[in-house]
Amino acid sequence: MSWLRITSPHGHGPLSTQRVMQLVLLATLPGVVAQTWFFGPGTLVNIVVGGALALGFEWLAVSLRGREPRAALEDFSVLVTSTLLCIALPPYSPWWLLVVGIASSVLLGKHLFGGLGYNPFNPAMVGYVVLLISFPLQMSSWAAPRGLTTPPGLTDALSALLGTPLADGLTSATPLDILRQNKGLLMEDLYATTPQFGRWAGIGWEWVNIGFLIGGLWLLYQRVFTWHAPVAMLAGLGLAALIGYDGGSSISGGSPLLHWLSGATMFGAFFIITDPVSSATSNRGRLLFGALIGIVIYLIRTQGNYPDAVAFAVLILNFAAPLIDQYTVPRAYGHNRREDP
Amino acid sequence: MRRVYGIHGGIHPPEEKGLSNPGTVVDAGLPEKLVLPLSQHIGAPAKAAVAVGDHVLGGQCLASAVGAVSASVHAPTSGIVTAIEPRPVPHPSGIDNLCIEISCDGRDQWVDLEAIDDYRQFTPHELVERVKKAGIAGMGGAGFPTATKLLARDRYAIDTLIINGTECEPYITADDTLMQTAAEAIVEGAEILAYIVGASTVIFGVEDNKPDALQALQQAVNARANGQSDHQLEVVSFPTKYPSGGEKQLIEILTGQQVPSGGLPADLGIVCQNPGTAVAVGDAVLKGRPLVDRIVTLTGRALGKPANYRARLGTPIAHLLALSEFNPSDNERLIHGGPMMGFALGTDAAPVIKTTNCVLVPTRDELPVPPAAQACIRCGLCAEACPAELLPQQLYWYARAKDHEQLERHNLFDCIECGACSWVCPSNIPLVQYYRAAKGTIQEAKEDKLRSDRARERFEARQERVAKEAAEKEAKRAARKAAAQKKASESTDEDPVQAAIARAKARKAQMTADTKQDTPEP
Repeated sequence: MSWLRITSPHGHGPLSTQRVMQLVLLATLPGVVAQTWFFGPGTLVNIVVGGALALGFEWLAVSLRGREPRAALEDFSVLVTSTLLCIALPPYSPWWLLVVGIASSVLLGKHLFGGLGYNPFNPAMVGYVVLLISFPLQMSSWAAPRGLTTPPGLTDALSALLGTPLADGLTSATPLDILRQNKGLLMEDLYATTPQFGRWAGIGWEWVNIGFLIGGLWLLYQRVFTWHAPVAMLAGLGLAALIGYDGGSSISGGSPLLHWLSGATMFGAFFIITDPVSSATSNRGRLLFGALIGIVIYLIRTQGNYPDAVAFAVLILNFAAPLIDQYTVPRAYGHNRREDP
Repeated sequence: MRRVYGIHGGIHPPEEKGLSNPGTVVDAGLPEKLVLPLSQHIGAPAKAAVAVGDHVLGGQCLASAVGAVSASVHAPTSGIVTAIEPRPVPHPSGIDNLCIEISCDGRDQWVDLEAIDDYRQFTPHELVERVKKAGIAGMGGAGFPTATKLLARDRYAIDTLIINGTECEPYITADDTLMQTAAEAIVEGAEILAYIVGASTVIFGVEDNKPDALQALQQAVNARANGQSDHQLEVVSFPTKYPSGGEKQLIEILTGQQVPSGGLPADLGIVCQNPGTAVAVGDAVLKGRPLVDRIVTLTGRALGKPANYRARLGTPIAHLLALSEFNPSDNERLIHGGPMMGFALGTDAAPVIKTTNCVLVPTRDELPVPPAAQACIRCGLCAEACPAELLPQQLYWYARAKDHEQLERHNLFDCIECGACSWVCPSNIPLVQYYRAAKGTIQEAKEDKLRSDRARERFEARQERVAKEAAEKEAKRAARKAAAQKKASESTDEDPVQAAIARAKARKAQMTADTKQDTPEP
């Protein structure tokens, strides 16, 4: 008989790329549930419609590139991209915003560079930033959380999808917006007088962040990624916030806790900067990558003109990742700790 | 108790050790024919010392070692040499290699072996000579000629001998079985090895998934330690993890030290040996018995009866498959070695050689053929698993880009090819294959560069020589010319033409005068 002659190793571990992607999708659940509870079904509508669009664009791009679309669609990577983008988008976005965003993510962010594994920038953040720069009005109109108002229902969500914006009463400035525009109130008073603030950070937002934190910790437990980048980012952001806290004065940048539980902090720390393709690759590199993202987030949040900063910070550090990699090659077995690795 | 250190990375694949019933040795018997490759080790192939038609006895040398890194081959039984020709051998290349075929006569007659009583009466070098004569090569898998390794004593101060009973590859239980059944012989062989290399400490390192082997070794050590041993003997157990049995990894586990990159364990005063090698050395030194058999694990779910066989070297693998009731219906791979580092054989005609610790015959479900590789997403699981603390994902990129400079900067040559990175890779990329290919290409490029450097040097030397010769010629010519001119200028100060005219005039005048003289007066 003739035997197959293939190279070692002959066994393989249980993990596949498809499985990794499915785990990431699953891990978004607590955050998405919290986001849906506080802001209504808009995010879910985003995710479903965005996912369908993403599969369509992926099929188109892969076919145009003359590859086998089936394998690309089955690896779930495009669904991870679209889901992450749709979580970041304001709920109740119109359909065309989704189309432009998903197209930018999948075509511009991913396939223009060669598809899965070759994108230098986080594709979801590419889509997000294209929208943020092109359509600032739509991108900064967030639904008000449960507690301030009753969140919109499914019919509102569907009509918003078709282009009817939410009624004014249903939207509200986000806590980070309010903080950025705060000119005279002590932090204490800001929390006391502004209805958008809750126990630690914004009403709703704090729980959405805790949801993504739980999902992220579960991914860590599943060993989908290492702790280095998320912990470094939270530490970098926390340290910067601590320096800028200023005892809670009227020019305070906000407490570390406020920053950790606001905006896209936890979502970014565990679902965005952990995208391995566009991040630094060694553990030491990821520490630096994460810490710098945390610091840049703080700087943009307090000094910049945009409501949140995760997308910009991530893209900036995506640029820097290859450079970081150059300087963080780990010491290999049997090499002196002092010598050049 | 010796402190046990951790190592970076590593994986925990299913162990599958129980399948082959470790602890029981089954005699593989005598096949009709034995096929003995002349190269069962690393280094120069042995040179045949017999001819077709010769009758040979068990223990007789069939082929002798050539040069410093080589190992002799001996007849495992009596019989007639029926062929010396290329045959399939267990080698990753799959290329046939020169083998001696013996048709066994079934009488199993042996040459007289030269036994000794007390090895301490001999110098280490005399004992190394006995090891060399026995044709022993490392039996753990690499097959480095043992005598050559033992000569490390001449250049390094060795204080520790490690007997590597880790056997971290899944499935394989050959060393486990040997340790359970021949612990005294292992300890005895280890003491001889320690005596040869001059080590004061002997550590028996065994993973904690082999409690019976650990117990047997401990008993053998205790028996020795009662006043008989010259060495400090330690049996050390450590957590099971692949690849703890890699030489470098085991040294770190047992001593906390790392072998310098590009260096040898001897740099740290350490020599490692496999338990099978220790037994073979004991047999060679004490009984004068050459290495002609070994324990081979036959395992995998395509076998009805997996087992550990004591097989003579040269036994065709087909013979062992038949003994183990091989069922070919659901099998597509025949693996020499374990699932992590073993290589697939193209034929079961290949024989058992000195390094054959296992033949793995899995079913399709057991070890499925990997699906097509997907794109690398740089997840870094490979870097987490790498025991050499490399960045396999970066090496993969640079290997694909053929960027040799970056490959070396990322320490490609510290890769031990254990396969942990490929095992964890969620995209099923055959990473190790890329590294092997890249190492080969870089080695080749280096040799090419060396050759072209030599050629350039030769060319430049020739150019220089030619130029020098031309210059010498020119100098000589110039010298000759100068000499001629000097001579000319010394002979006359005037213009040579005027001088010639003057001479001609003088001659003419002379002639006229003579004529006048000669002419009589009228």
